[in-house]
Amino acid sequence: MLKRNVQQRHRVVQVITKFLIPMILLFAFYVQFHGDFGAGGGFQAGVIFASVFILHGLIFGEARTRLVLTPNALRILMSLGLLLYAGTGVVSLFLGGNYLDYSVLLSDPISGQHWGIFSVELGVGITVAAVMVSLFYCFSSKRNFVGHISHPISESELDSDG
Amino acid sequence: MSVDAIVIEHVIVMVLLTLLIVVAVGIIILNDLLTAVILSGLYSLLSATVFVAMDAVDVALTEAAVGAGISTIILLGTLSFTKRVQKPQEHNNYAALIIVVMTGGALIYGTLDLPSYGDPNSPANSHPQLAQHYLTESQKEIDIPNVVTSVLASYRGYDTLGETAVVFTAAIGVLSLLGLRRRRRKEDPLLTDKQQRKQQNEDN
Repeated sequence: MLKRNVQQRHRVVQVITKFLIPMILLFAFYVQFHGDFGAGGGFQAGVIFASVFILHGLIFGEARTRLVLTPNALRILMSLGLLLYAGTGVVSLFLGGNYLDYSVLLSDPISGQHWGIFSVELGVGITVAAVMVSLFYCFSSKRNFVGHISHPISESELDSDG
Repeated sequence: MSVDAIVIEHVIVMVLLTLLIVVAVGIIILNDLLTAVILSGLYSLLSATVFVAMDAVDVALTEAAVGAGISTIILLGTLSFTKRVQKPQEHNNYAALIIVVMTGGALIYGTLDLPSYGDPNSPANSHPQLAQHYLTESQKEIDIPNVVTSVLASYRGYDTLGETAVVFTAAIGVLSLLGLRRRRRKEDPLLTDKQQRKQQNEDN
């Protein structure tokens, strides 16, 4: 009974969060891909991207967030980002340039630089986002730090999510 | 920039730095760890404002997102491992105080040799291969309006690769200490049986 009351009390926060999540995601992508023109870049975008999942975990319970973004996926993404960064350097090495010299990536040095920076920033973003979410999982899964305001997910809901 | 604007900017930065000191002293004095965590978030937010006043918006964005946002959440999570109130000190540790004061004094003494903020004649700003080259040539060489991004990702690509590796390594460290695994099934009343099976499959 108590659990139910707590859950109802947080209903407004839950609805507001559902509205906020797409906007924060959009802002994260903006910071990621607009970093060439204004403030921002992979690191900041990664953190903002991760904050979406942390917010979801805080409001709806970390158990649900784990179903959206599984720990295994995080482990893979974490390494993938760093490999993307280092791999860009290796590609430039094979194309006859120095390590992380993006000018040789394409025939036009300027577009080579653009794509090189795009690729390494994406790598930074993926790694940082995955690291931040997994840190959150680590600290929140040990005790009932979060999840007390959420409710068990019904079987039908799980089926509809796939 | 007019003289008035410079004076106002100085006043703003001085007020913010004073607030930083007040918050830092508050964190040291307070025994209530929850308040200390909230104050540390406030500290980050204030430093982010200082960075904005210094026109370092990229750094400010990072500080606000990481320091005020994620770190506060993770520190709050850490609090759930421990108690909310600090254990009272049984004796005064004067040796530690002396060491801290001496280290702090040495650091402040060290800053006296640093070039003053925004000094155009400082080595980093006047070296033809560094700031001058980045500011004058980056539009020709890289053609990205935000010079910070070109320096970070291209000219100083090694450093950023190292930073990413540091973030990755830190995560590996935390994961090996705490693990990503879910609590055991009986301790977790939140999930239905089907979900537990799904998560167990994912963990294994």
